[in-house]
Amino acid sequence: MSPLGPLLLAALLFSIGVYGVIARRNAVLVLMSVELMLNAVNINLVAFQNLLFPAELAVSGQMFALFIIGVAAAEVGVGLAIVFNLFRNRATVNVDDVDLMRW
Amino acid sequence: MAIDWLAIAPEVALTVTALLVLAADLALRGDAKQLVNPLAMIGTVVAIVFAVVLWAEAPRVAFEGQYVVDSFAVAFKLLFLGTLLAILAISARYFAEGRYFQGEYYFLLLTAFIGMLLMPSARDLLVLFIALETVSVPAFVMVGMRKRDLYSSEAALKFFLIGVLSAALMLFGMSMVYGFTGTTRLEGIAQALAGDAGSVPLLLGSVMLVIVGFGFKISAVPFHFWAPDTYAGSPLPVAAMLAVASKAAGFAGLLTIAFVAFEPVADVWAPVLGVLAILTMTLGNLVALQQRDLIRLLAYSSIAQAGYMLIPFGLARPGAEVVNQAAVRAVLFYLIAYAVMNVGAFAVAIGVNRRTGERSIRDYAGLGTRSPLLALAMTVFLLSLGGAPLTVGLWAKFAIIEAVAVEVTVFGLVMASFLVVNSVIAFFYYLRVIREIWFEPAAAEAPRLQPALSLSVVVVVLMVGTILLGVLPGLVADPTVVTTFATGG
Repeated sequence: MSPLGPLLLAALLFSIGVYGVIARRNAVLVLMSVELMLNAVNINLVAFQNLLFPAELAVSGQMFALFIIGVAAAEVGVGLAIVFNLFRNRATVNVDDVDLMRW
Repeated sequence: MAIDWLAIAPEVALTVTALLVLAADLALRGDAKQLVNPLAMIGTVVAIVFAVVLWAEAPRVAFEGQYVVDSFAVAFKLLFLGTLLAILAISARYFAEGRYFQGEYYFLLLTAFIGMLLMPSARDLLVLFIALETVSVPAFVMVGMRKRDLYSSEAALKFFLIGVLSAALMLFGMSMVYGFTGTTRLEGIAQALAGDAGSVPLLLGSVMLVIVGFGFKISAVPFHFWAPDTYAGSPLPVAAMLAVASKAAGFAGLLTIAFVAFEPVADVWAPVLGVLAILTMTLGNLVALQQRDLIRLLAYSSIAQAGYMLIPFGLARPGAEVVNQAAVRAVLFYLIAYAVMNVGAFAVAIGVNRRTGERSIRDYAGLGTRSPLLALAMTVFLLSLGGAPLTVGLWAKFAIIEAVAVEVTVFGLVMASFLVVNSVIAFFYYLRVIREIWFEPAAAEAPRLQPALSLSVVVVVLMVGTILLGVLPGLVADPTVVTTFATGG
């Protein structure tokens, strides 16, 4: 099987994620867009490992994907706490309203 | 597989200390919670002892070549641990008085430093990524430590969003690099890049994406927006940590990945990083000119300093071992000098801010009469940041010019001339603060400054260090710091 399919899927997911980060103003949705980008990376890694380097003993691609899943979970935990705290202080999670400091 | 425990002894010492701090915070009540600070300091000293032992034992290779402790890595580890000791000392009263979450703060601080210790030794993309995230994630929390403060939560949100975005971009680059080369080992990547794979445009784009992830950590120009807001909103010791240690960790990672893994394609990334260096220092200095808040001024000055430190990256060329070694050494020396003077400047800011609560440059008026020690120290640190003679700052800039002079190129000369012009611009705003300190009368209601003993000790030690290294730079510019980079670890 050619790695083209998974690669296209990953590139599409990644682009949707980048679009979401730029276009969305809700901090929670920005966070979800970043998750999409990370999952695109995971698809890439697992597809490369299985289709291009099946003989690699260290299975580093899949190992990498596992670590990304773990780190992403930690990041989301911290991120939601930060967004939650902001909501308690400002009653908003709109990233455009968070503008006390400029320049 | 036998584990080389000595090679990871400093990291293990810090990990144990971090867990002990967390347990001690649970067990202690009320004012006794302040004891976690000396506990963390003891652990740091133990880690420093291990690092010094490792200095004699270097180079050591552990975990089948994924973890290398050479003299370059040990130098970085000692830099991080020294910074940690200073930051612990200046945090003590700030956090005890502010009634912030002391145990959690020290635990997070130690955790972030574990990631930093991993960074210069990592020889695998996965280890580099884990090290980077171990620095970033605790820092997100520490920035938002003042939960009820609007500025603190805003700073945390900005820092977090840019941090995860740049991490995602970097990971996408890493996954593409893995797809092209079939390995996550840095040496393996270098071998593959030296072959045919090195000319594929998509691969070169991926290499740039990986470098982006570190550009965020060192606050190089297109990714610098978070730095001033985050420094201004976070507790001051955390700002000092981000400005010095976290930035040094970013440079350690960037050096490792650029000069070990991507060295064969240096002619692609070196011009890009060189242009970024010019943009970073110019923009940082020009915006710093207009700042009225001292912390924001220091933030923009630290962006400019990152620009100076990027210059040696612009000099790199594939296969030119002499040039590349000189570049690595210049960055390392600049980072040591930068840590000494910038931690000092933040320490003085903490000492002044503690009583006044304000940190506009105006609040430093008459500091010379209110606290001669702090005023003198601030003057020395700011002059050194500017690069005045008799301070270590001059030699740091000199080290970069020296790296440019190893093999003179037009681009190198352009970057060096930007360095000189920018140093002159920088003096305008550093001298403005110094004028405020010595020549303006103090406000009548200005409270008396009583810096904590630990803070005074840090300030004095760093001030003496700035001048001592300014007179005898040979103390740390040790030519024996050789990296095993070019020889493939």
